[in-house]
Amino acid sequence: MDIELKKLSNITWQIPKSGEMKVPAVVFASEKLLEKIKQDDTLKQLRNVACLKGILKQAMVMPDAHQGYGFPIGGVAAFDMQDGVISPGGVGYDINCGVRLLRTDWNFSQVMDKRKDLLNEIYKEVPVGVGKGGITKLSRDILMEILKKGSKWALEQGYGTKADLDRTEENGSMSDADPHTVSARALARGMPQLGTLGSGNHFVEIQKVDRIYNPEIAKAFGIDREGQVMVMIHCGSRGLGHQIASDYIKEMEDKYGFAHLPDRELVNAPIQSELGEKYYKAMCCAINYAFANRQMIEHWTRDVFGKVMGTFEGMNQVYDVCHNLAKYEKHEIDGEIRKVCIHRKGATRSFGPGREEIPEVYRKIGQPVLIPGSMGTASYLLVGTKEAELATFGSTAHGAGRVESRSRALHELRGEDVARDLEAKNITIKGASWKGIAEEAPECYKDIDEVVRVSHEAGIGKMVARLVPLGVLKG
Amino acid sequence: MKYEFFEHTADAKFRAYGKNLEECFSNAAEAMISIMIKPETVEPKITKNISVNGTDLKSLLYNFLEELLFLIDAEFFIMHRVASIKINPMGKKYMLNATIEGDKLSEKYSTTGDVKAVTYNEMEVKENYVQVVVDI
Repeated sequence: MDIELKKLSNITWQIPKSGEMKVPAVVFASEKLLEKIKQDDTLKQLRNVACLKGILKQAMVMPDAHQGYGFPIGGVAAFDMQDGVISPGGVGYDINCGVRLLRTDWNFSQVMDKRKDLLNEIYKEVPVGVGKGGITKLSRDILMEILKKGSKWALEQGYGTKADLDRTEENGSMSDADPHTVSARALARGMPQLGTLGSGNHFVEIQKVDRIYNPEIAKAFGIDREGQVMVMIHCGSRGLGHQIASDYIKEMEDKYGFAHLPDRELVNAPIQSELGEKYYKAMCCAINYAFANRQMIEHWTRDVFGKVMGTFEGMNQVYDVCHNLAKYEKHEIDGEIRKVCIHRKGATRSFGPGREEIPEVYRKIGQPVLIPGSMGTASYLLVGTKEAELATFGSTAHGAGRVESRSRALHELRGEDVARDLEAKNITIKGASWKGIAEEAPECYKDIDEVVRVSHEAGIGKMVARLVPLGVLKG
Repeated sequence: MKYEFFEHTADAKFRAYGKNLEECFSNAAEAMISIMIKPETVEPKITKNISVNGTDLKSLLYNFLEELLFLIDAEFFIMHRVASIKINPMGKKYMLNATIEGDKLSEKYSTTGDVKAVTYNEMEVKENYVQVVVDI
């Protein structure tokens, strides 16, 4: 299907308002990235989002956009608090899939020989892969407490430090969470899985700083030299989050129907409705679960470094960002500050200097934005901007974005070969399965360097440092 | 052919074939499980009876496949095969009863990937095939 695109600049493209669209839609992409985006249903899905009730200003996709279900991945949309809707398909199944970054004092030469030990030990502490339960099965009461408190619960149990929470989006705890809105089925999936990495594109990665673009901001974020060792953790809310998404898709279908929607996964409820509020509170529970999950994995990762390297001193959290959620935030629209319901599905919050949501230590600088690459490619540390607040409701890209299907990857690539290619680049890889490694091969993803370049050029997230992998534990 | 996989950028898309709806659903379950493990390598040690309903055939298929994911996460139960399956209309709804054979996931099984969720994206339920995209 042909969708008309109007070129606004070298990196912004508009689908003008037409038909059922309530607002125009905008794509942030270079011509190179746009060619890939045009090859699947991304633009059609973006146009569908622009048709939803109460959508404000414009529907958007970030440079790493690709086809999703309902909303495209990379999608950003804000809805009016009175007339607008909230949609589980605008958040995704892996609620608060997100990234946490730790800085360290080590130089890469100090860990090169110890990478295998580190990965093997982390593998022992952090369960990875399908059907791997956590260390202990939680009781229902404890799980309810975790859903209510998020990282605060983890801190109370001795996982990590107060400074970790201070440097987490929402301080690691959504106060609107109400565990009574979470189904027994979602709880049953959540009980055995806390403290597990899961599968797919989730990972714990040992990295080194490859390039610093902005030394002053890098220093404020804890990076003072190239070659410095960093650790990145990427995971989400596991089966609990998936079940909450699925439960509320069903409830919203039953209550509001889907016959009028261009796509069944765009099902939604008014924000100001009982069901809309219930979904929001349940989604906040999944956000909290994911925060607690990353808090525990971070704690065990520090323990492993302590054991293998002799200490974990200096392993301070730079930041933790969410990639899949809906949230109430204040944004300036047509010169007026308004509270809106923002959906980010495969997008990162990118707030500029001064926002009160940013921890005090970073408030004058802007929020750290973490963009993980695919397995074996670079990841980036960016800084949020005022431009993003005006252009994209304070949002930018969240990763590389896939270009190749997993089925084709399996057809064309063998996990053993992918691992050998990575070893040749001096990257150590440990994963739950060869098949999983083949599916996540670097060839399957867009060029992360290009994605980040577009974010930088558009001013919606400015480059601070480029990080490259030394060792990957893949879920 | 019981099932085949197709291209889909982010996810796994498959079509499962059969002589009737029951056989299509049964093969769809096998296709989805095959993303995680070779079903034939799972020992049929445990039998589970499941029943799900749906407001239409698509939601019936969605709920049936989701039940299998639920059993993996909540009970560590992985399917070997659908031993029997029956689909009946029930008023305006549909009801599915099935007997599933499988085993408890343990170290002896090596899994090859995860399925996060079933989706309605590009879902089709026809007389001789069903099509599903799952989020992985």
